[in-house]
Amino acid sequence: MSLLEIENLAIALPAGADRQLAVENISFGLSKGEILCIVGESGSGKSMSANAVMGLLPEGVEPAGGHIRFHGREILHLTEDERIDIRGKSISMIFQEPLSALNPLMRVGAQICEVFEAHGLLTPAERMARAVELLEEVGLPDPDKTIRAYPFQLSGGQRQRVMIAMALALEPEILIADEPTTALDVTTQAQILALIEELRRKHEMAVIFITHDFGVVADIADRVIVMQTGQIVEQGSAEDVLLRPSHPYTKSLIAAIPGMKDKPDTGQTHSQQSPVILSVKNLNKTFSTGGGLFKPARVVHAVNDMTFDLHLGETIGIVGESGSGKSTAGRCIIRLIDPDSGTVRLSDVDLTALNGHALRMARSKAQMIFQDPYSSLNPRARIGRILTEGPIAHGVPRAQALDRARELLSLVGLDPSAVDRFPHEFSGGQRQRIGIARALALDPDVIIADEAVSALDVSIQAQVLDLLADLKARLNLSMLFVTHDLRVAAQICDRIMVMRRGQVVEMGPSAQVLGQPAHDYTRSLLDAIPGRHHEAAMRQSVASY
Amino acid sequence: MIRFILARLVKAVVILLAILIFNFLLIHAAPGDPAAVMAGEAGATDEKFIADLRARFGLDQPFGVQLWLYVKSTVQLDLGFSYRQNMPVIDLIWDRLPATLLLTLTAFVIALVLGVTAGVLAASKQGTWWDSIISSMALLFYATPLFWVALMASLLFSVVLGWLPGYGYETIGANYTGFERALDIGKHLILPATTLGLFFMAVYMRMTRASMLEMSRLDFVKTARAKGLKNRVIQRRHVLRNALLPVITLAGLQAGQIVGGAVLTETVFAWPGIGRLLFEAISQRDYSVMLGVFFVSAAMVLLFNLITDVLYVLVDPRIRLT
Repeated sequence: MSLLEIENLAIALPAGADRQLAVENISFGLSKGEILCIVGESGSGKSMSANAVMGLLPEGVEPAGGHIRFHGREILHLTEDERIDIRGKSISMIFQEPLSALNPLMRVGAQICEVFEAHGLLTPAERMARAVELLEEVGLPDPDKTIRAYPFQLSGGQRQRVMIAMALALEPEILIADEPTTALDVTTQAQILALIEELRRKHEMAVIFITHDFGVVADIADRVIVMQTGQIVEQGSAEDVLLRPSHPYTKSLIAAIPGMKDKPDTGQTHSQQSPVILSVKNLNKTFSTGGGLFKPARVVHAVNDMTFDLHLGETIGIVGESGSGKSTAGRCIIRLIDPDSGTVRLSDVDLTALNGHALRMARSKAQMIFQDPYSSLNPRARIGRILTEGPIAHGVPRAQALDRARELLSLVGLDPSAVDRFPHEFSGGQRQRIGIARALALDPDVIIADEAVSALDVSIQAQVLDLLADLKARLNLSMLFVTHDLRVAAQICDRIMVMRRGQVVEMGPSAQVLGQPAHDYTRSLLDAIPGRHHEAAMRQSVASY
Repeated sequence: MIRFILARLVKAVVILLAILIFNFLLIHAAPGDPAAVMAGEAGATDEKFIADLRARFGLDQPFGVQLWLYVKSTVQLDLGFSYRQNMPVIDLIWDRLPATLLLTLTAFVIALVLGVTAGVLAASKQGTWWDSIISSMALLFYATPLFWVALMASLLFSVVLGWLPGYGYETIGANYTGFERALDIGKHLILPATTLGLFFMAVYMRMTRASMLEMSRLDFVKTARAKGLKNRVIQRRHVLRNALLPVITLAGLQAGQIVGGAVLTETVFAWPGIGRLLFEAISQRDYSVMLGVFFVSAAMVLLFNLITDVLYVLVDPRIRLT
């Protein structure tokens, strides 16, 4: 008998949602010590099924039928009081956002001790001692000190370790991990995955791992379930699903993973012969921040002596982990923040020497595309206004600007009638297309894309990357592409610059940086990419698709 | 922490000085010549007498000198002399301040305790008739003019039902001492403090309710549920503690309005505090008392703000430790 059995589960969405059932006909089993990955894009219902197991469905969302059995006992319709016994003790859960998943006003030690308290176990002193042991087990440095830290004093990876410590406190039989590494850097992600794997072995714990990333699946899954709009479209052993996918949706997801070797090894020589459009020399920016628990107040060199030339029609990728200074560099170049020293020449104008009106005029020649397609468009403005605001401010007559907006919309693959609609009427991928159209509206010389595809599902990401590549070829765009994802950089960039703690550690043609990295740090980034060792085989499996 | 408090204190002193100067300008901009009023009330209108009065009170000095003298003496806590009451202003205020502090602090505690409790209750019963009743009651108290509620409360509980004394600070002539006196003052306090408190209660209730609902949607509440904690513990330890932060900010901002509201309440209930003193001074054009009360109430508001700032820092480690 399986540890956990889900049979014909259906979950109803509240009236007015885009479909009646969040999930339907969900059936699967989970055995002791097994890692089951549930894969799917946003809206596929992958988190819903897991939340139903914990009885943590969002308000208004109710189970509509089926069974969930834990050790043969029906748990779908338990009362809140009966559930409390299972939660944290037999089944525990970790979430995507380690930043918001911990109470900001409580020390992490107290938050771990609460798990014991909730189930009436141990004395307060014993709870504290166990908490220290747990922090040690999940590999946090200096557990005696960390136990007294507040969440804001820890990094994202450290916070996720605290969450894991909390989830492991009562040695549950099942751990449900809902996208636990999505918000983390690639090297931190690799560490957390290794930790979960190790703990699973040690405690013989079963794991339900929810993710959208096939790379992660390839690294850790024993069994895989693929979900699409509320249905399971394919399930089987990891090997079967990844190497012999049978459903077209699974194939398309695997095919959409940006590959490291996708880019044909040409183009660099061509674009580097064209004239220089953006020239950055000795750019520096430092920040002073208050001290944390472990360090006194410190000065961070966010951008340290950055120098490079961007040629007409070329795309340079700025790659690094969070805190590497890649976004700061992008913002310094367009003077959204003032650099401490250095020069930025944009087609013969020194941006660092300008101020006020002159700066605003010159800045229109460099445009940004932002990460979050939801917060980067004004929700109360129609698309027409979003696309014409910039040109009108620079003196283009309204009618002409509106015509151009319609042209741009068809250029990015949207219907020109979109000018009369509001941002909330579009999906994330469509919004990002609008963001791209907005950046193009001012006919910029240079586009700076700051994690422009990081918030998108993998299949949408592939479409937007295709669009950017296409626009780049058609309009001869010059682009700085800031990203944490080496695979994405590999797809679109001619040259790649790897940053670490404000320093550019390596720069060169994409194929060279990714194929024969010269710096240890680049190598460690490449090694940390999930699913890397299975990539060739996976690619092979969908080659005919 | 100590540096933080010192920095806030310095700021408070600067603001207080600015208020001092502003008040002085305000009084000077008001129409009417105090010397002429005094002379008129004394029954003498001849120019010489008025000029003498001006010279005696320094009103013939250039404006700058008057301002300088005023600021200098205020800093030395010499708030001038009230010829109406024939007493130094500072003594008048010292006499009345305890009554005002008692009233405003009690009202503040009532507003905060009732408001937060009602807010928590409304949030936990969101969408039910409990929620509607609490929200409408709060809105009613907030929308009704303070003086009218005061008059009606006095009429109902004092005149009609005769349960509570409707005016004054204590029973005159009873000569109670010790515990009996405290009890007597307490009885007198109930109506004015509750009236004043109910008005502000509404604001804290709305804020607590909204803030609780917002916090319950956050991820860390889900984490707490996933631990197997009881709902009661989650609400108190995780939701309420975080939800109180904006309430504290609001309480600091409202302190000034409570002091302002005290003027009305004290007047209706004949409560012998500085609010009523101010009301009397205005009707008698007693400028030095007015300026004195302005100064002291400004200082009180700044003190309340300082206390809320410190409280906020104590509650929120993110500010305390960075």
